[in-house]
Amino acid sequence: MDAIAIISIFTLAVFVGFEVVSKVSSTLHTPLMSGANAIHGVILVGAIIVADHSETNLELGLSLAAIVLATINMVGGFVVTDRMLEMFKPKKDSQGTSQKGDSK
Amino acid sequence: MNSTLYSLIGLAAGVAFILALKGLSHPKTARRGNLIGAFGATVATLSVFLYVTPSHGEDIGHSLPLHNLGWILGAIVVGLIIGVPAARKVEMTQMPQLVALFNGVGGGAAALVAIVEYLNLGDTATTAEVIFTVFTVVVGCVSFSGSIITFMKLQELMTTRPVVFPGGRFVIAGTLAAVLGVSVWVVTALGTTPLLVLAVLSLLFGILFVLPVGGADVPIVISLLNAFTGLTVAASGYVLSSTLLIIAGTLVGASGTILTRLMAEAMGRSLFGTLFGAFTAKPQAVSESGEERPVRSGSPDDVAILLNYARRVVIVPGFGLAVAQAQHTVRELADLMLSKGIDVAYGIHPVAGRMPGHMNVLLAEANVPYDQLAEMDEVNPTFGQTDVAIVIGANDVVNPAAQTTPGCPIYGMPILEVNHASNIIFLKRSMRPGFAGIENELLYDPKTMLLFGDAKASLTKVVSALKAL
Repeated sequence: MDAIAIISIFTLAVFVGFEVVSKVSSTLHTPLMSGANAIHGVILVGAIIVADHSETNLELGLSLAAIVLATINMVGGFVVTDRMLEMFKPKKDSQGTSQKGDSK
Repeated sequence: MNSTLYSLIGLAAGVAFILALKGLSHPKTARRGNLIGAFGATVATLSVFLYVTPSHGEDIGHSLPLHNLGWILGAIVVGLIIGVPAARKVEMTQMPQLVALFNGVGGGAAALVAIVEYLNLGDTATTAEVIFTVFTVVVGCVSFSGSIITFMKLQELMTTRPVVFPGGRFVIAGTLAAVLGVSVWVVTALGTTPLLVLAVLSLLFGILFVLPVGGADVPIVISLLNAFTGLTVAASGYVLSSTLLIIAGTLVGASGTILTRLMAEAMGRSLFGTLFGAFTAKPQAVSESGEERPVRSGSPDDVAILLNYARRVVIVPGFGLAVAQAQHTVRELADLMLSKGIDVAYGIHPVAGRMPGHMNVLLAEANVPYDQLAEMDEVNPTFGQTDVAIVIGANDVVNPAAQTTPGCPIYGMPILEVNHASNIIFLKRSMRPGFAGIENELLYDPKTMLLFGDAKASLTKVVSALKAL
């Protein structure tokens, strides 16, 4: 890949990253952090690529360790985020009582 | 699968991550956003098995299947066996440290990927590749060891107070200088030994970097390390020529940086002060202990009587409430007071619990109606008209020292101004100070009544006493 393409991708991704989370209530800070945390678990893709490239036992061992860690990061991250957000879903029984509420 | 299709799938996954972050920023779409992110990550992972990325110096990769396929699948299974149960079983009270741990292992994975690719490239690595490798190894290792320390602080495996030792700032500065020096060494001399030295020094720096951070600031550091890990993933994407990793890593790096700033603002902390606390913090004088000061402690009946004649009550839940699993009992008390015509609200500090938004998660778990939860800015002006503020297992977030004592570790942090209420009830296990380790003057205030004991047991007694009235 040439340098200009990489710099372009990087710069655009920085701005998109800034934009998408610039306004978020503090209620969602924890799930958002956890979700973003899960997304960087895609380093799993990189770990699998280097495991394929590995030529020595040392390289293979290290890349397998990377795969284990990356899988924990990615899968665990999405699962725990989902568990957190599950609790935010509107509850049918409490909906009736909260209807008359005014704020929020 | 050809390289064009592979790249397009990577692009689609990148778009999925953008939509995921966008969705996660709004309460209604948050859960869907997370699922979109998971979908993108799954598709991206599957696509790697169908396309072989060429090694350096080759135009096309070897034919499928991947080398070491059995090992790769085995390692993924091991990761699933460890990660999924941990994520599913964790108590919501302990969730922040799990997120810290997940972030740390992600950083560790990125550092390992960079090291392996470096070993693999040998002398053929270009200077740019070496520089990105060095960046990934340094920041990945800092993120790994730093996250482990934040985990230990949150899990209370070690003290939650800032760890400051004499000359600490020189040790930290020296380590940082050594990291930079060895980085230059790696770039100029190449070779495996310098890189391993670099990894060890970076791990050490990560530990030293997080040790001086006080308990209340830990969430900010987790968020920052999260952004760090994102950037390492982006850098390893450069070394591996993977557009997907560059996009995903940069997104997390950028959004994580903004999120860190937002969190610091919500907590009224300066990011600089948090991060460079090591350079400014002095070893804290232990507060004037030894002198026993009188406090007014009451019985559950006293509390019930106070509540029965109140018109407005604000409940301030803290981490102690969650530890005692008292969310449901608190809701019972609130419902009982509502049935007696008492105006009840929950005053939620942005960092109640251990992380911003943590308390909302915990109360939602107990089916507390969303409209009773009032954020700090809404509830603070109403404390003047509040008859009773019940502080349950919270301390630092109501400590007036944050407004009155310059130089104390939480000075400047916005607090719930319960000191303006006519009566204050503290439900506490003991006189032990809060997470930040600071004495709370409010406990000695004449209008304060203390009810000692486990929050759940105390609340249950208050509920039955109130029912009897």
